[in-house]
Amino acid sequence: MSYTQLAVLGVVAVVVLDLWVFRTRLVRRRAFWTAYAIVVFFQLVTNGLLTGFGIVRYDGDQIIGSSSPVEGPPPFLGDGRIAFAPVEDLLFGFAMVVLTLVLWVWWGRRGVQRTPYSGPPRVRMPGQAE
Amino acid sequence: MSQLSYVAVLVFVLLGSGWLEVVLRTRVYARWRRLLLSVVPVMAVFIVWDLYAIASGHWDFDPERTTGVVFPGGLPLDEVLFFAIVPVAGVLTLEAVRSVKRWEIGDEPPGSVQDGVRTEDPDEERP
Repeated sequence: MSYTQLAVLGVVAVVVLDLWVFRTRLVRRRAFWTAYAIVVFFQLVTNGLLTGFGIVRYDGDQIIGSSSPVEGPPPFLGDGRIAFAPVEDLLFGFAMVVLTLVLWVWWGRRGVQRTPYSGPPRVRMPGQAE
Repeated sequence: MSQLSYVAVLVFVLLGSGWLEVVLRTRVYARWRRLLLSVVPVMAVFIVWDLYAIASGHWDFDPERTTGVVFPGGLPLDEVLFFAIVPVAGVLTLEAVRSVKRWEIGDEPPGSVQDGVRTEDPDEERP
């Protein structure tokens, strides 16, 4: 299977695990989507470094875009790339984060160090709940 | 650029998420058993994915920008660390959001959540 196919399969698999196998229902929670928005921003930064500097290089036959060029960085945007990285990496990252959080919530629900809960913050944060 | 390029990115992730444990009291590292039980299976799954991707030629790594420590199957140590550090950062982020907003994530006992926000939990263990 190509990276594109595997990445799509990975996303489908973790959503099935979240909604119907572990029933953690994270993809239906605002806490998850808020955390994911933060995670995806930092993914674009760090993955951009890893791919922009050519630390990780991709084969064009396995992704939507072209192979990482030997000389110089891949395009910042376009040719199937976002912030130098193949769009497939966003799906890969989503699958990894969702799987981790599904397990984290599931173990907590089963009573493994469910508490102490996080918080409250040491410093007052904007938008903090009372 | 050096062989520590990839590791430098990992250090950035580690520091960029680690402060949440202290300032937002995420108590993720403090709950290290639950963390290990969550992260180790993810590492296993994604190492298998990575080995398949390396074997199939989906991607490769610049030997001049990775540590040079390579496991059988062509898996660099840098990648293994990535699969440990990034999931931990994900858990820290979720718990940081919960620290600030008290929003439900799904491990609360019945009756302790109202309108998606945690109210009181009689079983709550105080640190």
